[in-house]
Amino acid sequence: MNLGHVNWHGHLVCFHGIVWREALRFTKQRERFLSALVRPLVWLFIFAAGFRSAYGVVVGAPYEMSNVPYEVYIAPGLCAMIQLFNGMQSSLSMVYDRETGAMRTLLVSPYPRWFLLTSKLMAGVIVSIAQVYAFLLVAYFWGIEASITGYLAVLPALMLSGMMLGAMGLFLSSAIRQLENFAGVMNFVIFPMFFASSALYPLWKMEESSVVLFEICRFNPFTYSVELIRFALYGQINATAFAVVVSVTAFFLCAAIVAYDPSKGLIARKRS
Amino acid sequence: MKTPQAAALNVERVSHSFGKTRALDDVSLSIRSGGFTALLGVNGAGKTTLISLITRLYDNISGKIEIGGYDVRRNAGPALAGLGVVFQSRSLDVGLTVRQNMRYHAALHGIGKSEARRRGDLVLDRVGLIGQADMKVAALSGGQTRRAEIARALLHNPRLLLLDEATVGLDIQSRRDVVSTVRGLVREEGVAVLWATHLFDEIDPQDDVVVLHRGRVLARDSSAALAQGTNLSDAFLALTGAEPVDVLA
Repeated sequence: MNLGHVNWHGHLVCFHGIVWREALRFTKQRERFLSALVRPLVWLFIFAAGFRSAYGVVVGAPYEMSNVPYEVYIAPGLCAMIQLFNGMQSSLSMVYDRETGAMRTLLVSPYPRWFLLTSKLMAGVIVSIAQVYAFLLVAYFWGIEASITGYLAVLPALMLSGMMLGAMGLFLSSAIRQLENFAGVMNFVIFPMFFASSALYPLWKMEESSVVLFEICRFNPFTYSVELIRFALYGQINATAFAVVVSVTAFFLCAAIVAYDPSKGLIARKRS
Repeated sequence: MKTPQAAALNVERVSHSFGKTRALDDVSLSIRSGGFTALLGVNGAGKTTLISLITRLYDNISGKIEIGGYDVRRNAGPALAGLGVVFQSRSLDVGLTVRQNMRYHAALHGIGKSEARRRGDLVLDRVGLIGQADMKVAALSGGQTRRAEIARALLHNPRLLLLDEATVGLDIQSRRDVVSTVRGLVREEGVAVLWATHLFDEIDPQDDVVVLHRGRVLARDSSAALAQGTNLSDAFLALTGAEPVDVLA
């Protein structure tokens, strides 16, 4: 028995291994990368282009001009959309891993379960950030540019946003018993979260048409994920969005760790 | 922290329920270092539940489980560090090569890339799969996949190896290969093995046997002593009252 590896260096090796596997799996799934990139580009090239001809969007901070082209407005929301899909896809792969038995390999590692789950979460976040930067590169050639500061400042915002959406997915994966149930969750989670947010339209515009919908959008954590990214792309911090994203991340990460705890969680109560 | 001169595995008065269903009832067993112990029971006897408790996939709600003297509840890290597992369901990543799977598993035990490569080659050679190291797992046969899983379970030098129905779904030759690989590990490297099975032909007369039936341990002895001059399957049927069809299933 070798206990020498269960130290801080071993933790680093373990973290690196989990990220390496996630990245390796991602690079081997070209269609996953393509669909992750094509999805927001379809919105950008077709949906936004159509709306641009109809109207620009009148918004306030962080934009300096009052009338912003629509595709410029929705670009941060599309970045968040990539992370939303990636977070849910990661949790889908967790459910798949649990069904195939690969999850057991992870959970019988001698490292603490919270560390393993957080590493798994971070691995997904790193993959999602690579996808977002690939999207921003294509958007740059489409004329949607941020400053160098914006491209750098968006990195920590993407880390936080990715962690929040990944933690939500992780928690969902602990509660979902079978892959078949996942499709329903996607419909009930991804689409409502995306559409009832500030990703596609400013909240004041939503308030004009429906106060109830406006309140739903304000309650939706994804709105704050979008705003955190939007402000960061302009080198600014949206304090409210930051606080909400950090709090929601902490809540769902703790909930997921408890759910995967063998003595307390949902997994313990299920016969697999 | 650690019990002096501990058994490879010690399970004391462990019970576990799923809702109102009692899956394990007051189970106790001990495995000596370097010994081969068969955990014998029909499907649904509680073998997988017991293995899930030993590996801490479930928490041992009542009783105590120690691996190499470490309590899996209070000292999960050191306890799991000394444990290798081959689960009933296949758990290698089929999209990766055998060597990549080894590297991932090594990382989960804190073993870095170069050491993982060295140890991986060693254990793959041990199970006769060094020639397939760079093949994708999806391209391996059932028996090869099982041997790759055994190699992976050995990568971090565990002193206790758990195998849950490791030969299910394999043809006769592959079953023989897997059984002989595991027996070789016990004989030559002193690894203690808990071999969960419902197949009598995988058990030798000198093996220790624990008979598990409907969540309870009915007998613990050597295979020869349990058989009492007859064959083990007849002794098992007499002990459990199970139908022959359950045993053959």
